[in-house]
Amino acid sequence: MATEREIPPDMELVYKYPESLTPKFTHYCPGCTHGVIHRLIAEVIDELGIRERTVGVAPVGCAVLAYEYFNMDFCEAAHGRAPAMATGIKRVSPDKVVFTYQGDGDLAAIGTSEIIHTANRGELITTIFVNNAIYGMTGGQMAPTTLPGQVTTSSPRGRDVETAGWPMKMAELIGMLPGAAYVTRQAVLDVPGIRRTKKAIKLAFQVQLAGLGFSMVEILSTCNTNWGLSPVDALEWAKQNMVPYYPLGDTKVADEVRALM
Amino acid sequence: MAKELWEGNAAIAEAAIRAGVEAFFGYPITPQTEILEHLSRRLPEEGRVFLQAESEVASINMVYGAACAGARVMTSSSSPGISLMQEGFSYIACSEVPAVIINVMRGGPGLGNVAPSQGDYFQAVKMAGHGDFHPIVLAPGNIQEAIDLTVLAFDLAEKYRTIAMVLADGSLGQMMEPAEMPPMRPVRKPEERAPWALTGAKGRKPNIITSLYLVEEELEKVNLRLQAKLREIAANEVRWKEYSTEDADLLLVAFGTVGRVCQTVVREARAKGLKAGLLRPITVWPFPSARIAELAARVRGILVVEMNAGQMVEDVRLAVEGRCPVRFYGRMGGIIPLPDEILPKLEELDTEIR
Repeated sequence: MATEREIPPDMELVYKYPESLTPKFTHYCPGCTHGVIHRLIAEVIDELGIRERTVGVAPVGCAVLAYEYFNMDFCEAAHGRAPAMATGIKRVSPDKVVFTYQGDGDLAAIGTSEIIHTANRGELITTIFVNNAIYGMTGGQMAPTTLPGQVTTSSPRGRDVETAGWPMKMAELIGMLPGAAYVTRQAVLDVPGIRRTKKAIKLAFQVQLAGLGFSMVEILSTCNTNWGLSPVDALEWAKQNMVPYYPLGDTKVADEVRALM
Repeated sequence: MAKELWEGNAAIAEAAIRAGVEAFFGYPITPQTEILEHLSRRLPEEGRVFLQAESEVASINMVYGAACAGARVMTSSSSPGISLMQEGFSYIACSEVPAVIINVMRGGPGLGNVAPSQGDYFQAVKMAGHGDFHPIVLAPGNIQEAIDLTVLAFDLAEKYRTIAMVLADGSLGQMMEPAEMPPMRPVRKPEERAPWALTGAKGRKPNIITSLYLVEEELEKVNLRLQAKLREIAANEVRWKEYSTEDADLLLVAFGTVGRVCQTVVREARAKGLKAGLLRPITVWPFPSARIAELAARVRGILVVEMNAGQMVEDVRLAVEGRCPVRFYGRMGGIIPLPDEILPKLEELDTEIR
């Protein structure tokens, strides 16, 4: 971490380590997109100047140790309960900025009740929802977001929708709730997508700061390790397979949110 | 403050307000719903937080969040709802944040019924969630005690940074009797929250609250700290009441509503010439084991009476360690044992050990 270095007068600082990240090495697999998403959130929190009044809630899943990497107050929720925990924090500390960071098993399976009701109450929190179509931490089992036919360690012949049901489209589901002010689906599969994702994360936090309602950014992500692909092939696989099923774009933009765009 | 006529559930709710509770998160369930109803009216009046959650699972995790933020927080439920909250209890205990839980017990197992029961003794005292921990468990025997122990629960939860549970039952929740409310305490200001609380890392290092310790030695260290705290609680916070034990040679042990019934049994037994006494645990965890052991050394026998199939009796036997015979009488299904069924059991014990 080399942020404190003197910048020569003929040079300009164009890129630095966000203050909202700790200098620790993450435990994420090489090629994983969690690191990119962590950094985008940290950049946004830095740019909004809210690090000292932000409280994060970590999930159970690959990001269970997110509190090690974000340089701010943080707690670790039970599996799927991050939105309930964030609700408790926000209700007794309405001046704080509260966000949850959740994966697809956490948010779209065990925690569906909590996310739906938190969104529907218009809770003034922001949820970053990382969808990589698989349970990463436990070693690659079928997730609620696993695609039809996708092979995982618990769907060895591919996800059979006749018995396992269909992948959950959470951005669409949450977007239809009246309490949700801003819901969008983005992807960190290439540089333009990463830039759009950052913009969406920033807007989601601005929605919270303006007190407009619940905000969520679903982010299509990769799990090259459990997909059995190289990092580059994983990005391509997600573009070919995930994006058609999970279309990118906003599923809810309340009228008041448009003024912030 | 003068005595007023209070319904048990409303009394508990109002006592929490007097104790300075800042937030309540809960879900309706009979026979404790009046707690939620009372707070839904009173907390907003006082400018504090009331939220009816979508489930008991959500309720306890909202409590967990608010406790992490440093607020004085509570929830209330009844037996099946408490079962759902166990996940949260375990996380709260490991994270060492304070929270108050009210359990107005009803008949079980399963959906059971809504009549008074003490079927949650094991759940409260011995298996409140996964891993090694005990909540502090306070068992009122009347409405005044329900009020006083609710206030105490907040103080103990914060003193030891753990869960304090008030273990009442459906009859205590639903009945009315005269009781006195404590004075209103000032509500803690946000800037007075504890230094460990998640209040934003302004001018300090981030505070992290977690129950995850992946390295075995680290988790063992956390457990050793929790166990040391439990020993401290056991050394300092045991509470009980005794009735006519000075010269007793037959001892009744009962808690909560049936503990109160047993006060009548003692009077009636004495009128029949039996030297009966009663020990009524107020804390069922920590359990008054040392005092029961002392009494066991000088009485001829002990009768434990509960509104369940025999749960606390196990702790009595552990305390007695064979010093005298221990017998049990209990009713299930939401039935409160009455003096005219308990007294013959005491007489049987008297005959058996004569």
